[in-house]
Amino acid sequence: MAYTIAEKILLTHTDKKDIHPGEFIEAKIDLALGNDITAPLAIEEFKKAGFKGVFDHKKIVLVPDHFAPAKDLKSANQCKILADFARVQKIENYFEVGCMGIEHALLPEQKLVLPGDLVIGADSHTCTYGAMGCYATGVGSTDLARAFVDGKCWLKVPASIKFAYKGKLKKWVGGKDLILFTIGHIGVDGALYKVMEFCGPVIRNLGMDDRFTMSNMAIEAGARAGIIEPDEITLKYVRPAPRKYKVYKSDKDAYYEKTYEWDISDLEPQVACPHLPSNVKGLSKLKDIKIDQVVIGSCTNGRISDLRIAAKILKGKKIKPGLRLIVIPATQKIYLEAVRQGFAGIFVEANAVFSTPTCGPCLGGHMGILTEGEVCLATTNRNFIGRMGHPKSFVYLSSPAVAAASAITGRITHPDEVI
Amino acid sequence: MIIKGKVYKFGNDINTDDIIAAKYLVTTDEKELGKHCMENIAPGFSQKVINGDIIVAGKNFGCGSSREHAPRALKGCGISAVIARSFAGIFFRNAINIGLPFLESSDVDKINDGDSLEIDLSRGIIKNLSTNQEHKTPPFPQFLQGIIEQGGLMNWIKSR
Repeated sequence: MAYTIAEKILLTHTDKKDIHPGEFIEAKIDLALGNDITAPLAIEEFKKAGFKGVFDHKKIVLVPDHFAPAKDLKSANQCKILADFARVQKIENYFEVGCMGIEHALLPEQKLVLPGDLVIGADSHTCTYGAMGCYATGVGSTDLARAFVDGKCWLKVPASIKFAYKGKLKKWVGGKDLILFTIGHIGVDGALYKVMEFCGPVIRNLGMDDRFTMSNMAIEAGARAGIIEPDEITLKYVRPAPRKYKVYKSDKDAYYEKTYEWDISDLEPQVACPHLPSNVKGLSKLKDIKIDQVVIGSCTNGRISDLRIAAKILKGKKIKPGLRLIVIPATQKIYLEAVRQGFAGIFVEANAVFSTPTCGPCLGGHMGILTEGEVCLATTNRNFIGRMGHPKSFVYLSSPAVAAASAITGRITHPDEVI
Repeated sequence: MIIKGKVYKFGNDINTDDIIAAKYLVTTDEKELGKHCMENIAPGFSQKVINGDIIVAGKNFGCGSSREHAPRALKGCGISAVIARSFAGIFFRNAINIGLPFLESSDVDKINDGDSLEIDLSRGIIKNLSTNQEHKTPPFPQFLQGIIEQGGLMNWIKSR
């Protein structure tokens, strides 16, 4: 029987001898994740059902990142629920503010996730870790509560769709543009209940940060996972690994429900316009879109290479007077690296805000909420109605390079125009 | 189980931010969440809903964030069932896990805003009392039926 990488990982986490798309399985998980929004509900369900102890205190990760550092009293209470549960249950991987980072940047960085793992997270962007060649999928709070009990999760085995990219990427075009282009092509349900498998020579030449960006947004096309087969770049990233892991690759004759193949040599920077991540246009099609705020950060694009490219564009420049630029490194390690490499200084001298790690404005939490009529260009992942604040505000999504260039001019701008 | 209620019609790709905006995710109280259900796209929705009312929507209902607060907000404001052309993956799981009744139907275009429906959940039959039409929906797979019959995932785990 020939299998895709996704099917191989799922199969090894069951007691079954074979596996087929559409089949329901009960899978043993390697790691379960919750945050300050989703874990309090999971903890409540766990306790309400009368359970006392978690299945394995080493396989649970709790990260207060969404509304943390606590934005108000109710958020403080939710963060405390996580901290208390972690203490009582002896959960080692609880990340207090100061150690905390945006969960989907933090877990790979801390090597809590490794190739071949099956990971569930009560957060839709858990699919990010697929970039490391593991099966990682977003679930709900009750799923997390159940995982606390017995370390298992019910799953319907998804069929896979292959996305192959060939050609040579233009300057300023990267993982964010590839995934926006893909979602623009297939739509927000183009991979509904499927696995997206990204492959081809373009993917092989992408660094890990760009790969994480691509897998991160698989959910924006409705996918259950967004997987990239591990290669030397992946293995270099995970070495030295704190535990054993396994590298899986898809069989040559594995079944794919569909295959897309694109030559991306002519691809220009891509922008998703309000109010869907699939409403994607090439940058040159957008004329004079004025913006009030730029956000560079999030689980999609808050990594060091994202900040590096933004700093390169902003070096020695000031942002447009009256515009707000908010830069949010995704983890403490990235924050420190940005300070050491001088990026933080470049941002502050450009009149940007340089924030402690948080999901913050991406989901309209805090640290940059939009009021009525305001327009934001963000490197985040969603531009739904009211996503970053007022229901009559507007969010465009782009790469960090386009975001940084646009902060200088005050309108959506190609990096070539400012450098 | 028979559900009877008036239809509130929504379009395609209704996301979980539409169902409950993130700023309200500082509580787990269903009633409190319910007060703000659909606020950004249909202001005043939760005040109009009468206990038992039904949402009928297009494709990809519940896309976006994993927040289980979304199906809980629907329950909290009195929605008894959701019928859609298709559901997003995590919303589908959450609805199964917390026992929010839902049906997938390719006939959603034949149901109008304000219609009165009678749903026979166990048989998957939607009776439109306003148009006298009947729509059959495919049964849930046996595995999911097991969880639904227990009223949700935590009861199902306890029962094993």
